[in-house]
Amino acid sequence: MSDSPAIRIDGLSHRYGQRQALQSVSFEVTRGELFGLLGPNGGGKTTLFKILSTLLEPQEGIAEIFGVDVSARPAEARMRMGVVFQAPALDKKLTVEENLWHQGHLYGMSGSDLTDRIREKLERVGIWERRRTRVEELSGGLRRRTELAKGFLHHPDLLLLDEPSTGLDPNARRDVWNYLESIRKAEGTTVVLTTHLMEEAEKCDRIGILDGGRLIALDRPERLKAAIGGDVITAVSDHPGELQKQIHERFGVEATLVDDTLRIEKERGHEFITQLVETFPGRIQSIRLGKPTLEDVFVHHTGHRFIYANGAVEGAGEEVKK
Amino acid sequence: MNAFWLPAFTLWWREIIRFYRDRSRVIGSLAPPVLFWVMIGFGLGGSFQSPGASKVGYLRFLFSGTAVLIVLFTAIFSTISIIEDRREGFMQSVLVAPVSRGAIVLGKILGGSSVALLQGLIFVLLAPVAGIPIGVVQGVALVGVMFGIAFALTGLGFLIAWRMQSTQGFHGIMNLFLMPMWLLSGSLFPLSGAASWLKWIMVVNPLTYGVSAFQRVLLGDAYPAQVASLPLCLAVIILFGLAMFVLSWTAALRRKRTDAV
Repeated sequence: MSDSPAIRIDGLSHRYGQRQALQSVSFEVTRGELFGLLGPNGGGKTTLFKILSTLLEPQEGIAEIFGVDVSARPAEARMRMGVVFQAPALDKKLTVEENLWHQGHLYGMSGSDLTDRIREKLERVGIWERRRTRVEELSGGLRRRTELAKGFLHHPDLLLLDEPSTGLDPNARRDVWNYLESIRKAEGTTVVLTTHLMEEAEKCDRIGILDGGRLIALDRPERLKAAIGGDVITAVSDHPGELQKQIHERFGVEATLVDDTLRIEKERGHEFITQLVETFPGRIQSIRLGKPTLEDVFVHHTGHRFIYANGAVEGAGEEVKK
Repeated sequence: MNAFWLPAFTLWWREIIRFYRDRSRVIGSLAPPVLFWVMIGFGLGGSFQSPGASKVGYLRFLFSGTAVLIVLFTAIFSTISIIEDRREGFMQSVLVAPVSRGAIVLGKILGGSSVALLQGLIFVLLAPVAGIPIGVVQGVALVGVMFGIAFALTGLGFLIAWRMQSTQGFHGIMNLFLMPMWLLSGSLFPLSGAASWLKWIMVVNPLTYGVSAFQRVLLGDAYPAQVASLPLCLAVIILFGLAMFVLSWTAALRRKRTDAV
């Protein structure tokens, strides 16, 4: 039991009426890992998160936390994990400290043990001085830090975070990440988070990419990018379809048409880009060469752009589409 | 045992703090029934005389029903927060804690009913002003009766709120179901004067027994034509409360399979 992975998901499927939210998803998260679930809204992240956090019963498949089946033994699983939700989970009418007392009591802590822990966690996220402030008077960034302290309060072996930086400005976002890192290092906690932000996913040890309820990629971010091979060329043209055909005829290179933009994955892209521009003078309005990003990884596996699947609405919860 | 009572205690404590930090709720659940009591009591009492209520005076008769109305309003205000808690992350974070659902339900209902009881008590302290003397034993008995009513009504509110998606829906239920439940509980007019079909509704309405118990304790034998004896009234309140608790517990136990919590 002691060598079971932090998380084991096997053949997990879930549907809401007609909509398939998860389709035989399987993966493992090793202990101590910082694991990210990247995907557009509606991709299945939130459903997976709810199943892991024991809020939703899995319909098919297995979800285990440290070898404990979350469906069969939810109480045990709950004790071992901390959860930070996307929706604010603090009582705004209570002070920071009162919120943590409340949380501590729920996890069976009390007395000086609880007081010490509250102090330790609040100092760690830098808001000990604000402990007597009511949550409604705190900024979004400070609230999120309080949520972090709350999630870590009972020293969970696993911390689940749903979109931890939603609604935060870049500074607050960075703060939350720094605090998350420092607690994680100090306590050796396994952290699993969901995100639809590429730059957040980049910081994870490993990521799983979810789209349309399927796990389409799973690896370290740099390896996912390296797997694409070489460079990514994106070209804008007035007649992209025509150009796509001609590139194929002329060079035998497959260009994919994504959202009216031609996309070519090729090694030694800088050489190919010159050839393209010289072969089709005046046909290419703009052309860009880049190393593959996670966005490219997503396009590579799905054939559509991330932002499209995203509905272009940042932070819109999956509940909206239900 | 600690894993049950500590969480229940902390949820209870949160209700108390929240209520008294929110002045508008304190006033909002106390002032309307008091105004209602004064206006209807003085207005109606002079114009109509109900045969049952004539011996005690309408203002005195209405006092019991008003206290129950305050308890009802406060219980509703407390349980409406369940809908908000569920929409935000607060209730989710309680539900993922290793806490028995029974402790969550008990803490929430006890919290709501304690607040309702305190609000009711503030009103009862007005009784001597209205010319209704209250002895110590009587006062203690009233606290017991009010707590029973408060627990049952908060439990009923919990049961309704747990299934509700919006607070508007709750207001609809309140107007269509909870207010008529109060109107037909012997609060506004006694059972003896009602048309026979109404009488039947009143007899099966569990709140009638709460109001009746309150009236018996407050007015003694001065007010006849009661629905049942005091022990029977108390038994009905206790059963009503237990049933609401068990039903709420069952509702909270059901984990969602297809819907987001």
